[in-house]
Amino acid sequence: MNGIKRWSKTTKSNIITYGIVLAFYLLIEGLLAGNLLSNSFQGMLVPVCAYVVLAVSLNLTVGILGELSLGHAGFMSVGAFSGAVLWVILEGKVPDLVGLVLAMLLGGVVAGVFGFLIGIPVLRLRGDYLAIVTLAFGEIIKNILNALYLGVDASGLHVSLKDSAALGLDAEGTLIINGAIGISGMKKISSFTAGIILVLVALAVILNLIHSRAGRAIMAIRDNRIAAEAMGINITKYKLMAFITSAVFAGMAGVLYALNYTTLAAKKFDYNTSILVLVFVVLGGIGNIRGSIIAATILYILPELLRGLQDYRMLVYAVVLIFMMIFNQSPQVLAWRSRMGQIMMNWPVAQRFASMKQGKKEG
Amino acid sequence: MEFLSYVINGISLGGVYAIIALGYTMVYGIAKMLNFAHGDVIMVGSYLVYVAVTGAGMHPLLAVVLSMVACTLLGIVIERLAYKPLRGASSLSVLITAIGVSYLLQNLALLIWGSTPKSFSSVISLPTFHLAGGSLTIPGITVVTVAVSAVIMVGLVWFVNSTRTGQAMLAVSEDKGAAQLMGINVNTTIAITFAIGSALAAVAGVLLCTAYPSLQPTTGAMPGIKAFTAAVFGGIGSIPGAMVGGILLGIIEILSKAYISTQLADAIVFAVLIVVLLVRPTGLMGKKINEKV
Amino acid sequence: MKKALSVMLAAAMAVSFAACGTGTTNPGTSNSTSQGSSAAATSIRVGGLGPLTGGAAIYGNAVKNGAQLAVDEINAKGGLQFELNFMDDENDVEKSMNAYNSLKDWGMQLLMGTTTTQPCIAVSAQASDDRMFVLTPSASAPEVVANETAYQVCFTDPNQGMASANYIADNNLATKVAVIHDSSDAYSSGVYAKFKEQAEARGLEIVADEAFTADNKTDFSVQVQKAKSANAELVFLPIYYSEADLILQEMNKQGYEATVFGCDGLDGLLTIPGADTSLFEGVMLLTPFAADAQDEMTQNFVTSYQEKFGEVPNQFAADAYDAMYILLAACEKAGVTADMDAATICDKVMEAMPQLTLDGLTGNGMKWEATGEVNKEPRAVKIVNGAYAAM
Repeated sequence: MNGIKRWSKTTKSNIITYGIVLAFYLLIEGLLAGNLLSNSFQGMLVPVCAYVVLAVSLNLTVGILGELSLGHAGFMSVGAFSGAVLWVILEGKVPDLVGLVLAMLLGGVVAGVFGFLIGIPVLRLRGDYLAIVTLAFGEIIKNILNALYLGVDASGLHVSLKDSAALGLDAEGTLIINGAIGISGMKKISSFTAGIILVLVALAVILNLIHSRAGRAIMAIRDNRIAAEAMGINITKYKLMAFITSAVFAGMAGVLYALNYTTLAAKKFDYNTSILVLVFVVLGGIGNIRGSIIAATILYILPELLRGLQDYRMLVYAVVLIFMMIFNQSPQVLAWRSRMGQIMMNWPVAQRFASMKQGKKEG
Repeated sequence: MEFLSYVINGISLGGVYAIIALGYTMVYGIAKMLNFAHGDVIMVGSYLVYVAVTGAGMHPLLAVVLSMVACTLLGIVIERLAYKPLRGASSLSVLITAIGVSYLLQNLALLIWGSTPKSFSSVISLPTFHLAGGSLTIPGITVVTVAVSAVIMVGLVWFVNSTRTGQAMLAVSEDKGAAQLMGINVNTTIAITFAIGSALAAVAGVLLCTAYPSLQPTTGAMPGIKAFTAAVFGGIGSIPGAMVGGILLGIIEILSKAYISTQLADAIVFAVLIVVLLVRPTGLMGKKINEKV
Repeated sequence: MKKALSVMLAAAMAVSFAACGTGTTNPGTSNSTSQGSSAAATSIRVGGLGPLTGGAAIYGNAVKNGAQLAVDEINAKGGLQFELNFMDDENDVEKSMNAYNSLKDWGMQLLMGTTTTQPCIAVSAQASDDRMFVLTPSASAPEVVANETAYQVCFTDPNQGMASANYIADNNLATKVAVIHDSSDAYSSGVYAKFKEQAEARGLEIVADEAFTADNKTDFSVQVQKAKSANAELVFLPIYYSEADLILQEMNKQGYEATVFGCDGLDGLLTIPGADTSLFEGVMLLTPFAADAQDEMTQNFVTSYQEKFGEVPNQFAADAYDAMYILLAACEKAGVTADMDAATICDKVMEAMPQLTLDGLTGNGMKWEATGEVNKEPRAVKIVNGAYAAM
C-alpha cells in the first residue's frame, strides 16, 4: 500500500484511465464469451475504438495545444486510404495480423507526413483562421480522394484524377481505388482486441507526452505563447510535435476503421466527421483525455440507442446534444449544480459519509 | 467573350456567398462565435417563402418580408435558448451547440417539409438579359443579388458606425465586461445582432434559391460553409471584407471550374484560401491583432 | 474528474431518455423482440435500409413508403404475411452496418435494401457472410451483386450506360455529345464510365466531358456553358433529377437548346413540387418506371401512394414496391414459412430466384441471373406536354 501512496496524482489518474479501458475490454470479452451481446453492440465495438483514438488524439491538438482543428477527418482519411491500399496489395500474401499492423504503421506514417506538411504553414496562423485552414485541408483531401483513380498492373502503379479509363491499365491490371466508389471488396481484419490495443498505445504515448517536459512546454504555449517564447521554448518545434502526434494517431484510427468494413470511400471523411470527433472532445472536457474516451463511447452509441424513435431519432439526438452542452458547460448551470451539490452534502447521511472519508485520509 | 461570361457567372455565385457571408461576419464580429447554424436559418427562411407563395398564394415580396420577420424571431429564440446560457463558457462549447442547432433545424425541416426537393422556380422568376447579340447573358437574379448585397453592406457599415446600437455592438465586441460597465445591455445587444443576422439569412435564402432553385433540408449546409470560407477570406468581422471575399470566392470557383477542373473546383478554392491566409493571416481586409502578454 | 462525471450523468439521462423513447414506438413496425415473438410465427420479418435523414433522404423515404405500401397490400390479401422494419442509414457505410446489425437483433429474416449503392456494397458483403438474403431495390453497382446472396431490382450501372449509348447511336439522336456527371456518386460514375467507353465504340464524339460533386451542385453555369460552346447536340445526364432540374434551368437561362438524355435517375423530374415543367419538354430518359403509365398496376400504385403519402411516387418507390412482391413470389415459390431461420430462407430463396418470371411496375417479365443481376427491358420515354410518352 505504501507504494501506491507514493505515486503522484497524475500517475494515479493515468492508471484509472488505463483501468477503465481494460475493464471495459474485459467486460466486453466476458459478455462476448457468454454470447450476451447484441449484434448491434458487437458491430459498434471497432468503430468505438477508432473514435476513441480519434477523440484522444484530437484532444491533444484542441485541449493541450489549444488550437482548434476542424480537419481531423482529413488525417483519418489519408491514413485509412494508404493503409487500405497496402492491405489490398498484401491481402493473401501475409497473415492478417501482420497485414493489419503494417497497414496501421503505414497509415500512421502517411498521416504524420501530412501532419508535418500541413502543420508547418498552418501553425503560423491563430485561432479561427487556423480552424478554417484545417477545415479547408480536410475538404481538399476529400475532394482529391474522391476524384482519385489508382490501379496496379505489371508495369506498376497508375494514378489518374480523371476517370478509370485514363489509367491505361493492361488487361491483367486491377483497379484499387475507383474514384467515388473508393476501394471495395477488402477483407475485414480489424478486431476489437486490435482496437483496444491501439487505444492503449495512443493513451500511453499521448499521456506520456502530456506529462513530459515537452508536454509542459506545449501547455505553456497554449496558456501564453509570448511568455513561453520568452522562456526560450521553441514554439514551432513543440507545436509540430503535438500536431504530428495527433495526426499519426488519427491516421492509425483511420486504418482500424477502414479495415473494419469491406469498402472505403472518401465521402465519409468530410467536415461532419471532423466535427463529430470535436463534439466528443468538447463534451468530454477540453484537455481531459479520460473525458474524451467516455464521451466518444457514449455519444457514438447514443444515436443507435435512439433507433426506436424512428423518424424523430436525429431530432432527439440534436436536442440531447444541445442540452448536454448547456448542462455541462453553462456557467449558470455549473453554479447551480455546485449549489445543489452542497445542499446534498449537508444531508446528515452525506456528512457522515464525508467524515468517514476524511477520517480515512487522515489515518 | 467566354471569359467574360464566366466572370459574370462567378459574380452571380459570389453575390450569393457575399450575402450569406455578411450574416456570418456580423454575428462573428460582435458575438465572437462561429454560428454554424446560419446556413440552416437560410434554409428555413427559403422554405417559409416557398410555403407562403405556393401554399398561401402570397405575393413574393410580402412573403420575403414575412420570412424575414419569422427568421428574426427564430434567431432570437435560438440565441436565447441555446447560446445565451453558454455565455462565459469557452467559445468551443458555443460552436458545438451551434452544430446541435444546425442538426435540429435540418431534421425539423425534414419532418415538416419532407425530403423531396422543392423547385423554387415558380416562386420568383426574373428575366435574363442578353447582351452582345445573345452571346453574353446576365441573369436578372445576378443583378438583384449584387445590388441587394451592396445595399446591405453599406447599410450595415452605416448602422454599426453611426447608430447608438451599432456603437454598442462595437463596444460589446471589443470588451463585454467594459461595455457592461458603460451601461450597455450586453444581452440585448447580442440578441439584436442575432436578429439582424437572421433577417439577412432570410434574404440570402430567397436569393440563393432564386439563383439555384432547388430546395431541400440540406440546402443551406454547403453554401453556409462556403460563405464562412468567404467571410474568413475577406477577413472575418469586416463587413466590406465579407462582400469582397464572397464575390472573389465565387469568381475563383467558377474560373477554376472553367479552366482547370470541374471535379476539383472545391479543392482549388480551398487551396487559394490557404495561400491567401498564409500571406495575409487575417484575411484580405481583416484587422491585424496586436498581442500583449 | 468532475467533467467526466458530468458527462456520465448527462449520458445516463440521455440513455434513460432513449429508453423512454423505445417504449413509445409505432406498434406497426415495433422492434422489441419480446413483443414480436408471438407475431414471428405468422409473419416474415423483412428489414429495410436506406437514408431517411441527410442529403440522400429523398431516396430512402421513397423506398420506405413504396415498400410499406406493398406490405400493407400483401398482408391485407392474406397468405404469407410480412412485417417491415425500415431503418435509417444516412447513406453511410458505418451507419448502414450498424442499422443492419440492429435489424438482425430484431430478428430480420430477409433484407430489402439497402437503398444507396455505397452502403449496399458493404452490407451485402456482410449479409453474404451471414447467409442473409438481400434484395436491393435501387443499389445498382456491379459490386453489389458480386456478393453471393445479393440480388437487384434495378439495372446495373454499366448496363444503363451501355443501353444509353446504344440508344443514342441507334436512333441517330446526335453525334456530338456532352456529358455532365456527378463524380462523387457511385451510381453516376458507374453509368458514366461505361457510357463513355460504349459511346466511343459507337462513334459518338464526346465534345464536353464535365463533372460536379455533391459539395458543389448548386451552380452548373460552367458545365452548361462548356457544352454549349462545344456545340453539343445532346447532353447526357447520368444523374438524379434534382440536379438535372438545375441543369435544365441553367440551359434555359443561357438559351442553349439541345436534346437532353438521361437514365432512370431522371425519373421524378415531373414530380418536383413547384417546378416549371415546360423546361422538361423533350427530355428523353431510359427508365423502367413511369408514374403516368396507363397500365392498371401502375395506376393503382400511383393512386394509393398519393392517397397515403401525398406525393407522386418516383422510381425508387416503384422499385421498392416491386421488391416486396418479388420477395413474396420467391418465398411462395420456395415454400418459405415464417418460422424458418434466415439462413434457411436465404438458401431456399436463392434457389427460387432464377426460376422466377415476374411482371412489376418497373418491367415486364423480369428474370434473374444466378449472379443476382436482373434482366428486363429499359423503356425509353420522352417528356411531351408534361407527361411521359413512349418512343
